[in-house]
Amino acid sequence: MANMSMTKNPMPEQEPLVRNKNFDEVALGYTPEMAIDEAKRCLGCKKPKCVTGCPVNVRIPEFLAKVAEGEFEEAYQIVTSTNSLPAVCGRVCPQENQCEGVCVRGIKGEPMGVGRLERFVADWHAEHADPNAKVEKPQSNGHKVAVVGSGPAGLTCAGDLARMGYEVTVFELFHKPGGVLVYGIPEFRLPKAIVAREVEGLKAMGVKVETDAVIGRAISVDDLLTEEGFEAVFLGSGAGLPRFLGIPGENLLGVYSANEFLTRINLMKAYRDDYDTPIKHHKRVAVVGAGNVAMDAARCAKRLGAEKVYIVYRRGMEEVPARKEEVHHALEEEVEFQLLTNPVKVIGDEKGYVTGIECIRMELGEPDEKGRRRPVPVPDSNFVIEVDAMIDALGTSPNPLLRMTTEGLEADKHGCLIADEKGKTTREGVYAGGDAVTGAATVILAMGAGKTAAVAIDEYIKAKNA
Amino acid sequence: MFPIVSKRPLNEAGTVIEYVIKAPLVAKKCLPGQFIILRLDEYGERVPLTIADYDREAGTVTIMVQPVGQTTRMLEMMEPGDELADFVGPMGKPTRIADQKRVCVVGGGVGCAISYPVAKGFFEAGIEVDMVAGFRSKDIVILEKEMREHTTNLYICTDDGSYGEKCFGNAKLQQLIESGREYDEVFIVGPLKMMKFTALTTKPFNIKTICSLCPIMIDASGMCGGCRVTVGGETKFACVDGPEFDGHQVDWDELIARNSFYAGDEEKAKEHICKLTGGVRHG
Repeated sequence: MANMSMTKNPMPEQEPLVRNKNFDEVALGYTPEMAIDEAKRCLGCKKPKCVTGCPVNVRIPEFLAKVAEGEFEEAYQIVTSTNSLPAVCGRVCPQENQCEGVCVRGIKGEPMGVGRLERFVADWHAEHADPNAKVEKPQSNGHKVAVVGSGPAGLTCAGDLARMGYEVTVFELFHKPGGVLVYGIPEFRLPKAIVAREVEGLKAMGVKVETDAVIGRAISVDDLLTEEGFEAVFLGSGAGLPRFLGIPGENLLGVYSANEFLTRINLMKAYRDDYDTPIKHHKRVAVVGAGNVAMDAARCAKRLGAEKVYIVYRRGMEEVPARKEEVHHALEEEVEFQLLTNPVKVIGDEKGYVTGIECIRMELGEPDEKGRRRPVPVPDSNFVIEVDAMIDALGTSPNPLLRMTTEGLEADKHGCLIADEKGKTTREGVYAGGDAVTGAATVILAMGAGKTAAVAIDEYIKAKNA
Repeated sequence: MFPIVSKRPLNEAGTVIEYVIKAPLVAKKCLPGQFIILRLDEYGERVPLTIADYDREAGTVTIMVQPVGQTTRMLEMMEPGDELADFVGPMGKPTRIADQKRVCVVGGGVGCAISYPVAKGFFEAGIEVDMVAGFRSKDIVILEKEMREHTTNLYICTDDGSYGEKCFGNAKLQQLIESGREYDEVFIVGPLKMMKFTALTTKPFNIKTICSLCPIMIDASGMCGGCRVTVGGETKFACVDGPEFDGHQVDWDELIARNSFYAGDEEKAKEHICKLTGGVRHG
């Protein structure tokens, strides 16, 4: 008999006013008892919508049934048969728009806590699996594939190709692999030890990871395909180029891109005394934008000791694009929302330091082509928010380096690489996926694209050698 | 890891030190004007430094460093055989060495370490190169022999007259221009204020003037945007759009302010190192 509780088992969490002063993980994870109780809420639908709602088609009812039986390792094996990064996805996927968004239990009451259970089985496995257990290295098929970028798209593509027997080398520009998982998403939402664990897992399967490698400058994509001997290349180079508002005063001291602010904190660990990278501890901070990155930046600013942190967003609460949980956590941590507000000018003192931002009130007008109501300025509604820092979290676009240095690789007017539904680009032997193709999106969509491209690369190499 | 192959001071005062680093991937394709990012160890910051020279066969890259910041001071304590955690590049666009016939390269102090490889690049491409190398005093002069070998004319000047001519670099440049030398391009590297004033010197003569900038940056691949500079009213990222820009178009005052953003913090960090461990850290 299913557990008919209308609500999810709540996630144990650090207290809001404690956690907004540290960088430890916010959500503490289910106990085995909670996991079993939650898993029992699944009705085991014959035609599970959740599976089709998942970009990598995790066999959700099957793994939930194993959790309900207390067979956690078996549950883990089911999850990893289609998802190579479950500990990551369980933490950062927007489940409310995917598996949980279509869950039948969500029609009356709350949907299944799929994300929480996915995280649970991944963490349980990491804690209980035999660390000395030999990972089966797949038999090499002798074909080499290069993966550019070690974010979610690249790691997934590399993992899937390695399982098929390919000799995969992942090239990463930074000194640590993980892409946005290490430079973008903060420790309190995704501990970096988890990312490192996933990368170690890939290495154990034979995937080579080359950090400090600037593809496009030190080695071109052409070099990879010719002198380096790779038969195909997957570009999972992400969307690294930050957007700014383009308003006066944006080069004043104390204006950052969210990329810069978050990279200092997450990758360079500037918040820790024992790391050299400097960071300012601002007192009053405005974060412009309301996506997940904006929430991350706002919550980091709070943790660095800011007294006031504002999310400044030109639309209303209903339009906020961040995951619900992130918004909820940000509010709990005393981040304030200035909605229907748009900055028009950054104000500075005589030395060039930010002292405030002049904003204008907005109201929602007619829906735009995406169906979102377009914000329009309210005349004469200007006012000033006093801050000493402004962080632009307005989205990012793909880095131009690869398309500038690779002949035949085409991009659209937004700089996104052109690729078909299988990830095939306009250049033979070159595949792409994730934010490099879509522009800034989610970890799981990037992973889905990495998986699809791995299949396409396999077909391409087989056909070529047939 | 990237081993230090050799290390030597470039002047009596030891204000600039040359390091040859084993970094085959960088050495393979780097060109004059490009830079690298280095990180000393797990705890280090990412620091951009211009490539001073390279040896493709030996797989080495040369950098010249003035130990003033936290990282460069710690680097000073490292010896041949020690390894750097990271040495990434080449970053940035190379210097445009193309159809110029005669150029003047102006280096200010340690800036000569950056302008020398560019002068050499021009010279080896058959372009006539006048080089003005300005220093505060004799004891900090660097690379005299190398510059002399790779330029058509070398003019050394010192602020105090202790070596070469007693004048500032921009005064010497002005004198050369007024004496009738025609330059297709003037290339300037040095402290920001020196570049600002030297660029002002060439402006009335309407000579194309290129400056190599080194703002604060983290990734050097266009990701952080920390290195943004205003050039001709537009925001540019020095790491990918530069590092070289039209010196007459750069908003120097903004750049000078932006580059000093963390200066106070670093002073504190310096004290911190000295008091506790004398620079040795983490065991």
